[in-house]
Amino acid sequence: MRELHADHFESLEVQAHAARLGTWIFLCSELLLFAGLFTLLAASRAHDPRGFHEGMTHAARTLGSINTGVLLVSSTTAALGVQAMRENRPSRAFWLVLTTATLGLVFLAIKIAEYAEHIDEGILPGGHGAWFASHADAPLYWTLYYLMTGIHAIHVFVGMGLLVWTAVRVRARLIVHETSYKLDLVVLYWHLVDLIWIFLWPLLYLA
Amino acid sequence: MSYLTVDKTVRSWLLTTDHKRIGILYLGAVLTMMALGGLFAMLIRIEHLTPGPTIVSAYTYNRLFTLHGITMVWLFMIPSIPTTFGNFLLPVMIGAKEVAFPRLNLASFWIYVAGALVTLGAMLAGGVDTGWTFYTPYSASSPSAVVPTVIGIFIVGWSTIITGINFIVTVHTMRARGVTWMRMPLFVWAIYGTSIIQVLATPVLGMSLLLVGVDHYLQWGLFDPARGGDPVLYQHLFWFYSHPAVYIMILPAMGVISEVIPTFAHKNPYSYRAIVYSTLGIAFVGFLTWGHHMFVAGMSRFDAGAFGILSMMVAIFSAVKVFTWSLSFKQGAIVLKTPLLYAFLFLFLFIFGGMTGVAVATMSLDVHWHDTYFVVAHFHFIMVGGTLTGFLAGLHYWFPKMFGRMYDETIGVISVILVFVGFVGTFLPQFLLGNAGMPRRYYDYAPRFQPLHVASTIGALVLASGLVLTLYNFVRALRRGEHAPDNPWQSRSYEWLTASPPPKENFTKSPSFSLDPYAYDQPLENAHA
Ligand SMILES: [Cu+2]
Repeated sequence: MRELHADHFESLEVQAHAARLGTWIFLCSELLLFAGLFTLLAASRAHDPRGFHEGMTHAARTLGSINTGVLLVSSTTAALGVQAMRENRPSRAFWLVLTTATLGLVFLAIKIAEYAEHIDEGILPGGHGAWFASHADAPLYWTLYYLMTGIHAIHVFVGMGLLVWTAVRVRARLIVHETSYKLDLVVLYWHLVDLIWIFLWPLLYLA
Repeated sequence: MSYLTVDKTVRSWLLTTDHKRIGILYLGAVLTMMALGGLFAMLIRIEHLTPGPTIVSAYTYNRLFTLHGITMVWLFMIPSIPTTFGNFLLPVMIGAKEVAFPRLNLASFWIYVAGALVTLGAMLAGGVDTGWTFYTPYSASSPSAVVPTVIGIFIVGWSTIITGINFIVTVHTMRARGVTWMRMPLFVWAIYGTSIIQVLATPVLGMSLLLVGVDHYLQWGLFDPARGGDPVLYQHLFWFYSHPAVYIMILPAMGVISEVIPTFAHKNPYSYRAIVYSTLGIAFVGFLTWGHHMFVAGMSRFDAGAFGILSMMVAIFSAVKVFTWSLSFKQGAIVLKTPLLYAFLFLFLFIFGGMTGVAVATMSLDVHWHDTYFVVAHFHFIMVGGTLTGFLAGLHYWFPKMFGRMYDETIGVISVILVFVGFVGTFLPQFLLGNAGMPRRYYDYAPRFQPLHVASTIGALVLASGLVLTLYNFVRALRRGEHAPDNPWQSRSYEWLTASPPPKENFTKSPSFSLDPYAYDQPLENAHA
């Protein structure tokens, strides 16, 4: 039988443990990256509460909320995919993971529509654009809005890529029941992307 | 057959996933960076031989100190010990065949090279004159290549994070039989603590620098008061990384010292646990001290007091280490060899630098010394006096392990003396300059400062000659040094219980360690893998 683990690991369990631990540490690193941004957001908001209030009343609340729903559903399908892999049903897992990636695409499409709408209104980051001529409020909210949702969108994009790649590998039997942990790791990353949005949504659209 | 001879093609080196070869590749890279950074430093010192213009214009001078700072901090000191000795030795020291993720390890090396090339290329072709700290709002408007430089540093950051993750996972999952947590060589603990800082602090820096790039390129004004942004906020984000970065530089050096002292004192450390816990203590408290860089940037008296006290806590953990190391010599059989001399140098410079650190952590004193040469001298004592001497100690100590050759002891001793005299000669005058009011980063200075500036430049020349001599010693050893025995220092530490240089798989059979790595009360024959 083909060896399922790399030569320098004692066993597949050790290899899976190492991969899991490595992923968790990477997620901590990602979390610190966003922690810096959330700090920036909190400080800027304390600095300019009025501008933030006005910005948020103008934000695309409906589209943002729909996107929250999309990501929550995608996390569910991702989790079901993991479950399917553990039950050794790879083709079901394949479709579920692909659905997750498609929902990511829907999220990005909505996001782009949202950006297009704001750009049409003349709202650009850094207080650039015609909108700010008639609205005296500080541009900081909008700069941070573009910055944080933009960086989050990059993470969604990367996550989608990973999901598609993993789905293909499941289909090609490169990830099998015994090595299903590889799917777990990608889904773990997807959950983090989802989780970060769960904090961005109220902080940028609702409060 | 050793890891060096197993396959000699260039391709096998450039695409290797052997952690030892990656360590050697990194060694070549960081030594190049050190030479470049040193060259820039020499140019700065020569410029200061006279007040006013000496060899370069004011703009070039500003670019030079930025080049020096960025090259030394991000391209030399941060990667120096972890990527070279860490890569080479960490798996051997825990009896593993490899690091947990060998291909990622190779990727981290090439990412580092790419990032270094982008950073250096941007600074040399375009030039950056902001200083290595990129303070806003100037960095957002400076007419220089800020954007590609911060992108380069961002790329290097990826390599740091990958290496950190790799080491943490390796320590957790790949220890051989007999290597329990409390029996790991102390160097492994030091690298472990460093890796935690690398993984948690680097993303904040990467983000902050990218934002500076965005501010510069697109005028988003995140840190620009004219657009409602806050420049001090940038300083907070920057120092949240850059203070812990000091421990990314110094903890690995402390790890080297913790190995060198037991080996050459032929005695176990006075307290293994004290060194381990103080390492973790420094790694933790290091995250809570960043505010001491902003005492004069507008900070409440309460915050300043809190940051001051937290900063001083680092001195407590450091003192625990210094006392433990010193006590380890008690009743030892001390062998005075080059690595141990460097360890003594480390202790001297580190105590000196550490005490001046406690002084500048006091707000009332810092107001006087802030942004003067006093601060410059202080952090060079810690960062060069600590990291560089630790690096050199390790290089001499592990040279036979890495290459199977012995360096020349006489040349080694002479180089230690030159480095010592040169270092103190360079930076002692800078303490005095700073105390007398010489501001840092100034192109020009009042004529009364000239004697001390000249003294500092002469010191730098002596230091440089010591380093060149060291390089000669190693090159000579590689070509015609005598062959090293497997364990030339009669150490009990695990990396010496295999051949020097080690075989590709580190140990010929899966090792199991029965003694702890500092069991000097046991005869050498009992220590085997
Ligand atoms: Cu600091």
